[in-house]
Amino acid sequence: MEKILQVNDLHISFDIHAGEVQAVRGVTFDLYKGETLAIVGESGSGKSVTSKALMRLLPTPPSRIKQGEILFEGKDLTKLSEKEMQSIRGAKISMIFQDPMTSLNPTMTIGKQIMEAILKHQKLSKDEARKRAIELLQLVGIKNAELRMKQYPHQFSGGMRQRVVIAIALACNPKILIADEPTTALDVTIQAQILELMKDIQKKLGMSIIFITHDLGVVANMADRVAVMYAGKIVEIGTVDEIFYNPKHPYTWGLLASMPSLDHKDTELYSIPGSPPDLLNPPKGDAFAPRNPYALKIDYELEPPMFQVSDTHYAATWLLHEMAPKVEPPAIVRERMERFADIVARKGGKPRG
Amino acid sequence: MARYTFQRFVYMVITLFIIATLTFFLMKLLPGSPLQNQEKLTPEQKALILKEYGLDKPVPVQYIQYLGNLLKGDLGVSFQYDNRPVTELISDRIGPSAQLGFQAIVFGTIVGLILGIVAAIRHNHWEDYTATVIAVLGASIPSFVLGGFLQYFIAVKLQWLPVAFWEGFKYTILPTLALSVGVIASIARFMRTEMLEVLSSDYILTARAKGISQAGVIMKHAIRNSLIPVITILGPMTVNLMTGTLVIEKLFAVPGLGEQFVRSIELNDYPVIMGTTLFYSALLILAVFIVDVLYGVVDPRIRLAGGKK
Repeated sequence: MEKILQVNDLHISFDIHAGEVQAVRGVTFDLYKGETLAIVGESGSGKSVTSKALMRLLPTPPSRIKQGEILFEGKDLTKLSEKEMQSIRGAKISMIFQDPMTSLNPTMTIGKQIMEAILKHQKLSKDEARKRAIELLQLVGIKNAELRMKQYPHQFSGGMRQRVVIAIALACNPKILIADEPTTALDVTIQAQILELMKDIQKKLGMSIIFITHDLGVVANMADRVAVMYAGKIVEIGTVDEIFYNPKHPYTWGLLASMPSLDHKDTELYSIPGSPPDLLNPPKGDAFAPRNPYALKIDYELEPPMFQVSDTHYAATWLLHEMAPKVEPPAIVRERMERFADIVARKGGKPRG
Repeated sequence: MARYTFQRFVYMVITLFIIATLTFFLMKLLPGSPLQNQEKLTPEQKALILKEYGLDKPVPVQYIQYLGNLLKGDLGVSFQYDNRPVTELISDRIGPSAQLGFQAIVFGTIVGLILGIVAAIRHNHWEDYTATVIAVLGASIPSFVLGGFLQYFIAVKLQWLPVAFWEGFKYTILPTLALSVGVIASIARFMRTEMLEVLSSDYILTARAKGISQAGVIMKHAIRNSLIPVITILGPMTVNLMTGTLVIEKLFAVPGLGEQFVRSIELNDYPVIMGTTLFYSALLILAVFIVDVLYGVVDPRIRLAGGKK
């Protein structure tokens, strides 16, 4: 498959009075054409910072890209001027944000806000741009588009506003759509509608989506591949089946075990003990070690490298080292692994990993 | 909107009535009488004059009479200016005051907005610090102190501009400056705070994610949204400006309403005091009403809420 975006060893720090907060500490991933890559992790894991850095939307100062590269269409986005970035933002890479209630300008009509993006990047007259904006509103499922164009954000419900935000992001047929928790602020029924809409549009337009979320239910529904982030690093990356049914990293185990499920409605919901490390002074070794019941002595000394599990599946945990002791993942995860074996058997392949 | 406007109008009349009543009784509490410095008049002559103007009657009766005249649009005649009607006195004097107030508020608002916007865009740079210092100075120095200062340095020492009087545009510059400093200070401070808040809001990020340039984001998205709270202070600021003009007009010998007002208080010229107070109040209420309408122009959410009423 064709790689559309390559992120190599990206480091992002924030310089604050107390020192340097290393929010992203060496993130590497590829994005393929037409796929949905989900980036999951708890608050402060660096997933939002990574996504904003791809668009160069982080304020500098205090933030800075310390090292690494973001390769897109043969260019390194970390090295482009602000002017060059402006021709990419909204045209080739678009972004939608978490809270539709605040991400639209309250004093500008919906139509103007959509047309603004079209007129910025495409050589169209105002009338053509208006026509295109109406088409976009229809594409995202807003009825009476012509009338709605003249209305203001406060005349729309939350779900409808998120549709408008999506329409703005799609204005110039972007190659990549970055969605930063696009459904977190919506209630579940609306959430499902927005996710359906995004899948539908992806099918029609063929763009790639980077989906930032902490909701594993949404990931299972949306993603082709999943990257799990912890303390500014990707600790495990693989296809959605591999991450859900054959996870290798103890942090992924913890995440999956803490996901509510219909099969286990009588048992108490698991939660990962402790809290994420302070990235002002990142710990030595594996950042997850202090919260990890499976931590080995080496986890406190040396950071684990990425171990390859399959062609598509990598995880950064010493447990995958050939000399590591065999450990049993939590019961919930074991059940999942058994189901994974079934899925693979049904698909007629050999179970991997 | 029509019903809303009518409602506001009724409130305006009620407010004016209350102001008229309070001013009337407060004025009667002032020491002295209109004839206090007229030693040449005999007590009989004085009594005759008081009777002529209806000042011999008890205060409540005077009040009822006054209200009756007011309803007919009659503000009475002045004691000091040869029995000229108060309405005529006001319309004669309103020109310079209005010009001064208008110049000060326009100049002050424009400069204040620019200062506030620049300070917010260059947050924590020298431009920001400079604007903040100007705002603090402007807010803490009373206009009459600054007025005297300007008169001494710019008019007397440097002789760039006339020190006082009202004989052309050149004469308006110093009083306008003295009057507008307070406006500049408060507008700049508010605008800076609002801009900083707006610039960190989500929709600014959305606009930037569309590929809009920094200048475009500020012009099209940030300024208008920052203006909403700034409009709120325009009302109270008009009050400040009006009380400011009283002193500034006296200081710069501007033949305006304020100068006349101060004189009428000194001379107990009751009808002029009453008339001018009512006139100022009406102006003020009108200013607040205009601010309300302006809200609707800038913020579509308010426009619609008003329309539904």
